[in-house]
Amino acid sequence: MAKDVSDRVGKGVERTGPFTTVSGVPIDRLYTPDQIRDLDYAKDLADPGQPPYTRGIYPTMYRGKQWTMRQFSGFGTAADTNERFHYLLKHGQDGLSVAFHLPTLMGLDSDDPMSEGEVGRCGVAIDSLADMETLFKGLPLDKISTSMTTNAPATILWSMYLVVAEKQGVDWKKLRGTIQNDILKEYIAQKTYIFPPRPSMKLIVDTFEFGSKHVPQWNTISISGYHIREAGSTALQELAFTLYDGIEYIEWARRSGLDVDEFAPRLSFFFNAHNDLFEEIAKYRAARKIWYKIMTERFHCKNPRSAILRFHTQTAGCSLTAQQPYNNIVRVAIQALAAVLGGTQSLHTNSLDETLALPTEHAARIALRTQQILAHESGITNTADPLGGSYFVERLTLDMEKGCWDYFERLDAMGGMVAAIEKGFPQREIHDAAYEYQKAIERKEKIIVGVNEFVMDEEPPIDILLIDESVPRRQVEQLRKLRETRDNERVRQTLEALREAAATHNVNMMPSILDCVRAYTTLGEICATLRSVYGVYEEPIF
Amino acid sequence: MNEKIRVIVAKPGLDGHDRGAKVIARAFRDAGFEVIYTGLRQTPEQVVYAALQEDADVIGISVLSGAHMTLCPRIMELMKKERLDDVMVVVGGIIPDQDIPKLKECGVAEVFQPGASTEDIVAYVRQNVRKK
Repeated sequence: MAKDVSDRVGKGVERTGPFTTVSGVPIDRLYTPDQIRDLDYAKDLADPGQPPYTRGIYPTMYRGKQWTMRQFSGFGTAADTNERFHYLLKHGQDGLSVAFHLPTLMGLDSDDPMSEGEVGRCGVAIDSLADMETLFKGLPLDKISTSMTTNAPATILWSMYLVVAEKQGVDWKKLRGTIQNDILKEYIAQKTYIFPPRPSMKLIVDTFEFGSKHVPQWNTISISGYHIREAGSTALQELAFTLYDGIEYIEWARRSGLDVDEFAPRLSFFFNAHNDLFEEIAKYRAARKIWYKIMTERFHCKNPRSAILRFHTQTAGCSLTAQQPYNNIVRVAIQALAAVLGGTQSLHTNSLDETLALPTEHAARIALRTQQILAHESGITNTADPLGGSYFVERLTLDMEKGCWDYFERLDAMGGMVAAIEKGFPQREIHDAAYEYQKAIERKEKIIVGVNEFVMDEEPPIDILLIDESVPRRQVEQLRKLRETRDNERVRQTLEALREAAATHNVNMMPSILDCVRAYTTLGEICATLRSVYGVYEEPIF
Repeated sequence: MNEKIRVIVAKPGLDGHDRGAKVIARAFRDAGFEVIYTGLRQTPEQVVYAALQEDADVIGISVLSGAHMTLCPRIMELMKKERLDDVMVVVGGIIPDQDIPKLKECGVAEVFQPGASTEDIVAYVRQNVRKK
């Protein structure tokens, strides 16, 4: 038996394959110097901290600054989530990341009929400044950095955060954090949009302008590939569409009169980490290099910081399995390893139970510990870009870059990303990839452990987080009290001023939204007013 | 007459994650079914109205937001009211084990959790649909 195998191996006979990445890209048997003949160290790589930043954005990378361990969390009421925030910080997490429930993300209050069944379910319920005050109770905003995953109503939730800081007596110039604020990938992938593209893009440009003047350390956008990948794209599509979204935001901001260097240093990115270790690492390395070229060659930025791509990573929720869920710990560890080897600035690791429900405290702690083990036990942080020079990784990085330029050409020809979205182009590309992936799994060309191979008939159940059934009632009750006790005349006035500002072109919306928030005008009321001026987006069905 | 099976693929609630709904819609189409995808954010009333209008044999509901225990029973109730008892309802998405018996109790024929193959779902529908 052993002899047979060694004969087969000796003759170079291979399994039938196919040998492809998780995205379906064919991989060679071996990579040698021949495959990277076109690689020029100074031009394509350079040392970490040097343009084009392929090898990382800092000379010392994690020897200098550890990545930020930032676990996304939010459920129930603001008080429930505040408790989880304190728990995570106590266990060594560095920064906060807020998950809002669907009504908040869709600009609806908890007592809206469409919110029924969704209140506090997949995030925290935030209806007004009062909830935001509770959410950050006991958390000094000048000491922590906070990321908020919100897109269509990002201006409003950011305003709430700014007013909480005001009330804590914290100077806005000291605030650090990020709002996701990336509407393009909502139209493309996650579909949490409210307004049509044009007013949505205007609101985003308003945050760029406001942030650069008043909240200079804040990342006013996190241009996200994460959701594009979760919707089923390949690694290349994730990268190409995300970077091109970045181009689109810059084009819109420039058209409204902003100078690139005013806001570009505050643009940040957010990528997925899927199972294919080397493909993911190549994606991150290529991302930095391409962005450097875009910023210097397409937008002629003068501030070197404008050309540096900083990114957050989250491990791939869509890669986790409901079957044998403890296996997910291993998947998350591999994905997190890719993110760190790819030079991420911050990281969220998913919990093992997320295909079933929001994570329990226990599952969330294992996810955080996974990062701590990588940081303190694995040794991978001792040197910058440890895979630099690998024939395989460098080839993948060059190919990823080439694939991106090809997509950019097609998107330019379509007239930019908003036009491409209206044609359904990125949506169709992603859907085709998702369907192909599903078929490959069903043909067993791709093996998913516990799903299409190594299956167990009977599995012991695991404990999952149950959302307290009283959350919606308590939240709606609080909201009712707020509407009774606040100064409703002031609310009416702020909404009227908001309507006027929205109907006027070239007025930055942030000041009037801040005034609404200060008056405890609710998120739903603000969005209803904006909807009445801007209209709503209806997705064409492709 | 061997007419095509008519399926409504519906996404009720606020959730926009439509990867699963679109993949299953395409798999149904490839299997020769007539598929009507409702688009996002349909109320239970809109879903049931679509089933009536389209003379559907099957409704496939996709929910990933955790709101299934509010949305699915309401859809089932409305269907009874409209006497759509012969329309089969299947549900897919992030549905915890403990909710499956409750969904079946209110009339859902089958629940498909993450990892279910489109082949299995298509086969289930083919075998269990009551063609009118």
